[in-house]
Amino acid sequence: MPTLTTASSPAPGLTPAPASAIARRVAIQRVAMRGIVKRFPGVLANAGVDFDVNAGEVHALLGENGAGKSTLMRQLYGLYPPDAGEILIDGQPHTFHSPADAIRAGIGMIHQHFMLVPTLTVAENVALGLRSSREPQMDLKVVAARLNTLAEAYGLKVDPGAYIWQLAVGEQQRVEILKALYRGASLIILDEPTAVLTPQEVDGLFATLRRMAGEGHALIFISHKLHEVLAISQRVTVLRDGHVVGERAAGSVGRQELAQLMVGREVKALPAQAVQTGGVRLALEGVRAQGDRGTEGLRGVSLAIHAGEVLGLAGVSGNGQRELAECLAGLRRVSAGRVLLGGRDVTHASPRERLLAGQAYIPEERMRDGAIKNFSVLENLFLHDHAAPNYARWGVLNTNAMRARAAALVQRFNVKTPGLETPLKNLSGGNIQKLILARELSRQPRVLIAAQPTRGVDIGATEYIHQQLLAQRAAGTAILLISEDLDEILALSDRIAVIYEGAIMAVLPRGQATPAALGLLMAGVHGHEAG
Amino acid sequence: MAELFTLPVLLGIAFSGIRLATPYLYAALGETFAQRSGVLNLGVDGIMLMGAFSAFFVALNTGSLWLGLAAAAVVGLLMGLLMALVSITFKAEQGISGIGLYMFGLGLSSLLFRTTVGTVKTISGFQPVKLPLLGDLPILGDIFFRHSLLVYGAFLAVPLAWFILERTTWGLKIRAVGQQPAAADSLGVNVTAVRYACTGLGGVLAGIAGASLSIALTNLFQENLTSGQGFIAVALVYFGGWRPLGVLGGALLFSFVNAFQLWMQVLVPEMEADIAVMLPYLLTIAALAVAVNRTRQPAALAKPFERGEA
Repeated sequence: MPTLTTASSPAPGLTPAPASAIARRVAIQRVAMRGIVKRFPGVLANAGVDFDVNAGEVHALLGENGAGKSTLMRQLYGLYPPDAGEILIDGQPHTFHSPADAIRAGIGMIHQHFMLVPTLTVAENVALGLRSSREPQMDLKVVAARLNTLAEAYGLKVDPGAYIWQLAVGEQQRVEILKALYRGASLIILDEPTAVLTPQEVDGLFATLRRMAGEGHALIFISHKLHEVLAISQRVTVLRDGHVVGERAAGSVGRQELAQLMVGREVKALPAQAVQTGGVRLALEGVRAQGDRGTEGLRGVSLAIHAGEVLGLAGVSGNGQRELAECLAGLRRVSAGRVLLGGRDVTHASPRERLLAGQAYIPEERMRDGAIKNFSVLENLFLHDHAAPNYARWGVLNTNAMRARAAALVQRFNVKTPGLETPLKNLSGGNIQKLILARELSRQPRVLIAAQPTRGVDIGATEYIHQQLLAQRAAGTAILLISEDLDEILALSDRIAVIYEGAIMAVLPRGQATPAALGLLMAGVHGHEAG
Repeated sequence: MAELFTLPVLLGIAFSGIRLATPYLYAALGETFAQRSGVLNLGVDGIMLMGAFSAFFVALNTGSLWLGLAAAAVVGLLMGLLMALVSITFKAEQGISGIGLYMFGLGLSSLLFRTTVGTVKTISGFQPVKLPLLGDLPILGDIFFRHSLLVYGAFLAVPLAWFILERTTWGLKIRAVGQQPAAADSLGVNVTAVRYACTGLGGVLAGIAGASLSIALTNLFQENLTSGQGFIAVALVYFGGWRPLGVLGGALLFSFVNAFQLWMQVLVPEMEADIAVMLPYLLTIAALAVAVNRTRQPAALAKPFERGEA
């Protein structure tokens, strides 16, 4: 069990407390992974990977989803053992049987999906699994005091007594970092840490990371966002299909080269297209709805989306995006206001009525709301249309017609699947999303609600999905694109609305929407340029 | 009917209410530990039956009530660990494996009873201990402070359970493991060990709950002695919002209804006894339908943990 030294005399005034004295127990100089091989049934996730990181450095691990980044790091954190290869800490081989071993060796990990217990307080989450100074009782006051000292030293303000469920995503991430620092981690792995942050929060995180590197921590930064990798790291290692395909100094490599290494071919920029918008297809007038926590999730949202336009909805996760999408899909009750689809009032219409009125929906939680994981590819393609006259007569399915149609869709939408009978759960995230896209877009919708359409999807599939969305726009579909990925919003949208605490802060034309302006609005700050 | 509401009868109901809460309390507090760690053990009634039989059998043959109690605790522990093995290690569906454990306990206790004891016999169980001073209080002394040690123990277990869950490092692990096992695992907490310990502790307490019936309250053993009290105990955990104090409130409510119906059978003989006996069970259904606050339910309840499936 780690024994932690308290900061007996925190430095006063402007100089931050000597954080190393508070938190660092194991001073790692260099961690090296040699020839790491990891197989999962049917997949070679790591095919002999070499990777190393030194104290005081940020080493980025770049790669598409499924390239093997998380798998590699999970082995370093003791979550599962490598099939072959070794882990060397300062030259000494180590074998980790569980995260407890890795923590003892001075390794911490900030997981992409935070490993926090929402019903416990910040201090309880930090203290979990550690010995207390007065066993068997907890010593939360001591924990809170040490936590405040650490928070002070690294600029990670957070209230030790707050419950995790009360915290915003950015604050939860601070708790995760504090958890690792509190345990004396010398090497910290950050798995996609910026995915859920506003641009300003990313700046804050980077400041913290630089401070930690300056203190002599070794940091591994996992990402697929090129500009962030170049901004924060000194070295970049690119993984593709389980292999290291390149290692570069961040100062001497460009975005284009990294993107090419990552994808294995040239990445095309999206063609800019002229905007040709038509009349209003989807209108929201003062829409209100309950949120999941019993508070009001939507507080009077008004928006109009025109034919042939992509309206991007930007915002930090949990500000009403989910509620809005569900209201529009007919899955959540609208408590006040109206929704007009092609001029028709559909405020309280069922999902099926909206479908028939020409609305398509790509849900945020694709495995929960978009598809049935134990159904086959074929069945998932026919979740809407199984009763249409072409495919069923007197309730009996015409499987030949269905197969022909499904085969055509799988080919047209580039879904990589062993067969039409393959259970959906065996497909990758990107291919599942393409399948949902195939089902929804082949209906030639007049209105498309796309919620987080590329979350957790690899670059290749993302590129493809973006092209398809733009093709729909060109065909005159009105598209509401809800995304927490600001790059995606900026790349695709004609106008950008920002949602904050269930209300629209502003709607900006693409030309006026800079990341900085959007970031302020996403944080709930009205800038004068937002007018 | 009027004779139900005389002072001696009301005193009697109150006294019995406190007394009869004993098995509910032990069993439901034990189940609280199991459920807070994420294990739904529906086999509590079967463990109680085995505990009741073991305590009775050992006490009958050795003459030692304490040995009987220890036997019940050990048998309860073993059955709890059996549940843990099946549901944690083998990841069986907990709703089903719990029912299996119940049937196993019901069958085995009946079989052992028939082959070793045969007929219903009574023993001299734990005797009431009048607490000094407190026991002499008017009315309150009669109701609260003239019970056997097992009754006092059940009530003392309530604050103890609260303290363990809310104020100790082990309790923190239990709460984390039942809520977000992946988070606990990532901090080096051994999810399996915590769950085994809680399910085992639940078994021990269920065994003692059974013993409290056979060697402190009724002082006899017969087939299906518990008549479903273990299931009520599981329901009480839900009713009490997975908190020891809530469990206490629920246990008292049920034991008072139980005491009331027992007195009603005696004092209102023209009423069908079966109707009175149904009362606690009807109340279970009504209470569960109305009073359960699902938001307090441990998020990982009845979900086996698999590393890497967060």
